[in-house]
Amino acid sequence: MGKVYKFHNDVDTDQIIASQYLLYPTVEEMKAHTFESLDADFAANIKPGDFVVAAENFGCGSSREQAPAVLKALGVKAVLAKSFARIFYRNAINIGLPAIVCKDIYDHVEQGDEIELSMTEGTVTAGGQVYTCTKLPAHLQSILDQGGLIASLNEL
Amino acid sequence: MGKTLIEKIIARNLHDENVKAGDIVTVDVDRVMIHDIFIPFVADKFKEMGFKKIWDTDKVVLIYDHLVPASQTDDTRHFRAGDAFAEEFGPIHVHRSDGICHQLMPELGYVKPGDVVFGTDSHTVTYGCVGAFSTGIGYTEMAGILGTGKLWIRVPQTIRVNINGKLPENVSAKDIILTVIGDLRADGATYQSLEFAGDTVDALSVAGRMTISNMTVEAGAKCGLFVPDDKTAAYCGLGGTLPEELAQLRPDEDAVYSRVMEYRAEDFVPVMACPSQVDSIRPVAELAPEEISVDQVFLGSCTNGRLEDLRSAASVLKDRHIAPFVKMIVTPASRSIYEAAAKEGILDILSEAGAMITHPSCGLCCGRAGGILTDDEVVVATNNRNFLGRMGTSKVRIYLASPLTAAVCALEGKITVPAAYKE
Repeated sequence: MGKVYKFHNDVDTDQIIASQYLLYPTVEEMKAHTFESLDADFAANIKPGDFVVAAENFGCGSSREQAPAVLKALGVKAVLAKSFARIFYRNAINIGLPAIVCKDIYDHVEQGDEIELSMTEGTVTAGGQVYTCTKLPAHLQSILDQGGLIASLNEL
Repeated sequence: MGKTLIEKIIARNLHDENVKAGDIVTVDVDRVMIHDIFIPFVADKFKEMGFKKIWDTDKVVLIYDHLVPASQTDDTRHFRAGDAFAEEFGPIHVHRSDGICHQLMPELGYVKPGDVVFGTDSHTVTYGCVGAFSTGIGYTEMAGILGTGKLWIRVPQTIRVNINGKLPENVSAKDIILTVIGDLRADGATYQSLEFAGDTVDALSVAGRMTISNMTVEAGAKCGLFVPDDKTAAYCGLGGTLPEELAQLRPDEDAVYSRVMEYRAEDFVPVMACPSQVDSIRPVAELAPEEISVDQVFLGSCTNGRLEDLRSAASVLKDRHIAPFVKMIVTPASRSIYEAAAKEGILDILSEAGAMITHPSCGLCCGRAGGILTDDEVVVATNNRNFLGRMGTSKVRIYLASPLTAAVCALEGKITVPAAYKE
């Protein structure tokens, strides 16, 4: 079980991690500024195992891989959105952060609700209801299962 | 079944005529671009993956542009990391102060029609202007390409945008793409290719096509393509006529599209993207009565920092002066554009009108340096993103516009329709 942190449509990568923080040498140093312009307390409040839930087009904008990376570093278990922007989506899978398309969950949860994700079943449980997510294509699931692209290339 | 332009490009890359939208394929990469902000991360990941050498050093271009010249002492760490990577794994192509990556890649001949190109910046889609498939990726995937020369992609569906007729004189390529983004919305083309066609598009210069391709990512597109023609050939240094082999790079008559959008060129008007969504498009004529005072005007970026953009601004600023309280910043997109504009007297005209001319770089557009704004200030800018906090604090109001509209706003000190300056 993890808590829901809920965001709107078209959350862009500048909102996830602003460009002035990209120059910090490590993701560990950046992560305190995650979602700073939208929710200044986000990084302080989120606990490992919590979820980011968003509407359409999550992660639009720049190609910065630090956007999924700061979420992963903060322990976000998965991002559940109605849809993702393509670069964010690839980056998330490549660094081992589950980015899951789930059309129904957004309209049925509030900030702070407790939900549970089953990657193998492709479902999210919230308030006793089970919602079906879109399963990842096999080759992407395999990258994710191995912990990301680096681990996956090291397997070759 | 006929093929779209992106299907043609991928089929050519794979030497496989059976390719179609939806297929997941592994392409051979023709060129990659890495910029200064991400080079330390690419270098780390490359080593972490255990690669000992780059698959083809000639295909790698490293460009310092987001941080040039350095505005904070930490920035120089990125140049040192880039230089060290080039030294250890090169020789690769390195440009340390020649201009903005998306201008340099086509301008210096690194991208040709039909090429498959990836870059660490989302505006890598720009090279669709010459009929190349190019798109942005993260630094981990870039490190993977440096080692293998390959990347998996899903062949995208295509949205066709037909534009025919003659554009009004106060409308430019920027107004076209802003209008299209407003109609598609910020996620309307996600995972898709945008293919532009029609006699209006044929009449556009390669520079105008660059402006359009550059912004297709703002509608979520994977790429924004133009069919290469003789103008493309001339721009890419391939002679006055497009070589026969590249002339095959055109969509079939019976290609299948996910959507077709039709525009009459005569219907376009000057528009702006209003704070703080790039798809929040309104006609300038609708904004003008609100008497929105302008603190700063920015003319430049990989979207609109080319010679014809500077020329367009100079046409209204010649022998005039911008409003006394406006700061106007002009950033040519590359050293060669800077030099050409100087030779043509354009920089003199802009400077005499009160503008500051800066070195080619990404600084202000990405909110790093050279004109950062603060709460409640208004900037009319020719770049591609008006996201919250993009050019300063999250209370800066960013309006995106064409170079002509931006110049007129600088003159008047408020949001103004460029038609007012027609002779």
